[in-house]
Amino acid sequence: MDFEGFAKVDFEEALEPSAFDDGPTLPDRQHLVVVGNGMAGCRAIEELIARDAGRYRVTIFGAEPHVNYNRIMLSPVLAGEKTFDEIVINGHDWYADHGIELIAGDPVETIDRAAKTVTARSGRSVGYDKLLLATGSDPFIIPVPGKDLPGVITFRDMNDVDQMLAAAEAGRAKGGGAAVVIGGGLLGLEAAHGLSLRGMKVTVIHLAKTLMERQLDESAGWLLKTALEARGQVILTEANTAEIVGDWRVEGVRLADGTLIPASLVVMAVGIRPATALARTAGLEVGRGIKVDDHMVTSDPDVLAVGECVEHDGQVYGLVAPLWDMCRSLANGLVDRHSGYRGSVTSTKLKVSGIDVFSAGDFAGGDGAEDIVLRDASRGIYKRVVVRDDRIVGAVLYGDTADGSWYFDLLKKGEDVSAIRDVLIFGQAFASGGGQADPKAAVAALSDDAEICGCNGVTKGKVCQSIVDGATSLDAVRSTCKASASCGSCTGLVEQLLSITLGEDYGGERTVKTMCKCTSFGHDDVRREIVAQAMRSIPEVMQKLHWSTPDGCSSCRPALNYYLLCALPGDYKDDQQSRFVNERMHANIQKDGTYSVVPRMWGGLTSPRELRAIADVVEKFNAPMVKVTGGQRLDIFGIRKEDLPAVWADLNAAGMVSGHAYGKSLRTVKTCVGSEWCRFGTQDSTGLGVKIERMTWGSWMPHKFKIAVSGCPRNCAEATIKDFGIVCVDSGYELHVGGNGGIKVRATDLLCKVATEEEAMEVCAAFVQLYREQARYLERTAPWIERVGTDHIKSSLLDDPEAIPTLAARFRSSQRFMQDDPWEKRVTGEDAHLHQPLLVAAQ
Amino acid sequence: MQDWLDIGTLADIPVQGARTLTLDGTPIAVFRTVDDHVFALVDRCPHKGGPLSQGIVHGHAVACPLHNWRIALASGRAQGDDHGCTPTLTVRRDGERILLAHPLPLADAA
Repeated sequence: MDFEGFAKVDFEEALEPSAFDDGPTLPDRQHLVVVGNGMAGCRAIEELIARDAGRYRVTIFGAEPHVNYNRIMLSPVLAGEKTFDEIVINGHDWYADHGIELIAGDPVETIDRAAKTVTARSGRSVGYDKLLLATGSDPFIIPVPGKDLPGVITFRDMNDVDQMLAAAEAGRAKGGGAAVVIGGGLLGLEAAHGLSLRGMKVTVIHLAKTLMERQLDESAGWLLKTALEARGQVILTEANTAEIVGDWRVEGVRLADGTLIPASLVVMAVGIRPATALARTAGLEVGRGIKVDDHMVTSDPDVLAVGECVEHDGQVYGLVAPLWDMCRSLANGLVDRHSGYRGSVTSTKLKVSGIDVFSAGDFAGGDGAEDIVLRDASRGIYKRVVVRDDRIVGAVLYGDTADGSWYFDLLKKGEDVSAIRDVLIFGQAFASGGGQADPKAAVAALSDDAEICGCNGVTKGKVCQSIVDGATSLDAVRSTCKASASCGSCTGLVEQLLSITLGEDYGGERTVKTMCKCTSFGHDDVRREIVAQAMRSIPEVMQKLHWSTPDGCSSCRPALNYYLLCALPGDYKDDQQSRFVNERMHANIQKDGTYSVVPRMWGGLTSPRELRAIADVVEKFNAPMVKVTGGQRLDIFGIRKEDLPAVWADLNAAGMVSGHAYGKSLRTVKTCVGSEWCRFGTQDSTGLGVKIERMTWGSWMPHKFKIAVSGCPRNCAEATIKDFGIVCVDSGYELHVGGNGGIKVRATDLLCKVATEEEAMEVCAAFVQLYREQARYLERTAPWIERVGTDHIKSSLLDDPEAIPTLAARFRSSQRFMQDDPWEKRVTGEDAHLHQPLLVAAQ
Repeated sequence: MQDWLDIGTLADIPVQGARTLTLDGTPIAVFRTVDDHVFALVDRCPHKGGPLSQGIVHGHAVACPLHNWRIALASGRAQGDDHGCTPTLTVRRDGERILLAHPLPLADAA
């Protein structure tokens, strides 16, 4: 190549309007002008040179005053692991060697497609035969007040990195600065990691429920959050930025809930969007990105486009691998060897702050897709492979990504994995190491040294030995050699070893009924482990107990939500999406989809004011029916979901709170009139009923819970078919438990007799707490008591004089957090939008 | 001729939840799953017409609030031993915006 004189990279010189406009052209050489000196633009030229170095004369415009560098490596530069020189892909020599003219620091502002020229900010105008747009993408700035303050930056180029380093330096001078990173995607986490390594106190604000929700599913996102928090970062999920505050420069970020986080630096890393302004003003067809065909040609045959700025077949890409694919197709087209880009299946393999994560394909799954999940709590590993029609369609790996490329390869090739389906999740070594077709053969092929149970360090040899020694059931293996006795993830392997070792003698049956199909644990095991391991959230339980589905099901989620709520009152953040509709809406759903509303009437008492408010609501909202319930309350039927907040507001205004007639919680305390009016009444049953209802309302329980107080043994309040019943007698109070008037009628068992109202209430509180802590979710007191035996209940409460006060104290402590009226919160606007229909935007 | 209706943003729909709207008199439920996929179905369970929008969303399915039938969000089909299908609508994401195909494919409406 003998073409010289165009390797201009000097910044000053580049800004001068030059005389190169129609520079010396060889007649057989077309002029290719590239807008964008980034990874896509330069890679395209590298590919072109590799095919036909002499075919085009090349000019590259770059907005930044740098040679081509690896943008992905900005994070290591920020973290101090690399210098800028180390991330340069093509230095000045490369441009010079290939006769490429680089015009750096002078962004192209207009394209004249008729005249076939581009004009840069400096006024320099250059003609082209072919134009390649590689304008990349722009960081998305969320339009909050204060977004333009000095100290608010993005994380996109070297200039941003320089500003971050300066802020960290200034912070260090003052003994540690604080930074807020808005956005918990890859870019945001990289920025946060770099800034914390530079000594800043970093808070990450993320709108979604879990980090990196585009690349990771909820479980992996939760693991990542936990790991980053352990390294000192503050991660706020479901946090909405309201404004960036500061007088003349950034002083902090205020969230929508009012929280103020002080910071001298705010990094916006919420996402990128294709940079299409230039193409749009040039009249090229633009959707989400610049539209290109399979050869990367835009709506103008002489204009091509490549990289993050393009839209191909409805897709835009923000990853490197598709960009390489596009560049190959583009270069082939430029040298008339058309190949055609067909879109990319992407995979992401990353180290986020030193933690390995991987995702590929459609890990969302969907119809007909099966999730294969492996959770290894002791090693901090989560793997999920999504299979549809015997082919892998997606994968998410956390903590151990060694098999990522193997899964990705199977995915891209669309290989049938039915033969290795059962061992697929254990990875390539396992799946192809032992007999592929038969999982049992694969286990049989393992050496005696192979570890079966990671938690307890039990080898295959030890498991087999204990089976030979007489442990012929899973439970026996668990108790003798401890394999599968901790987290249970190796249960399947142990069962296969039982089967291999015992042959037909192994029945294979399990005795414990599992909570649901998502787990091998029963309710009691899960409850015990939640307390023992101090677990604090549903994703944590699913990870530590090796759930086999990504987000559980409609059976286990409400149960887990309850168990956590019971174990950690006040601390646990209730998960609304794991609640049944009635509890989410605080009203009863009826067969036609409308709701019924029951205001609380303490002890069944009411007043003209309350009755009037209820009557007004019935009229105002055209409720077709009002009915007295079995528990002496008024039920207003036929309320539409949209009207619920207004109904609650009116009832609240009259002093009434939610009756929890919809909840797995205390429903009502039914009473008779008692000694105040009744000629047989022995005690003030109405008054006691009111006191007990005030004590117990709002308490979440395994199932609905009913209480009644009868003033004499005539039992007008039907206390002997309630979960907790009090029958007043001359000498005091008989306390009954475990009654049920439902499908299977059960009369109560007499628990004990006490002399005073205070004692009756204390025993009531203790019994409720015992039920809350010991019964399985959706188990009412009657089946619970029949399962564990009345003697167990009696001895738990009565044998130890400390038992009742201790349980009652735990109940009262928990009630401090439970007794807030859910209607009131929603009247003040909480979740108001959930009652409103979506609006169709104007076209 | 098919239109795309812009019905709001991803953030308008709670994760593992749903929002509703009425189109041509038909109640529509728009779901967002735990992994941010969006699906739209007629808001009626094929069993007894329960409002699916109020059910518990898990994976890519929803449990009807009335009788706990599980409906696949992608196909509208009842899962397990139950039989029946709820009409689905085509949804498309354009960045954060959610677009719904219109008019509705009501030929097979229950």
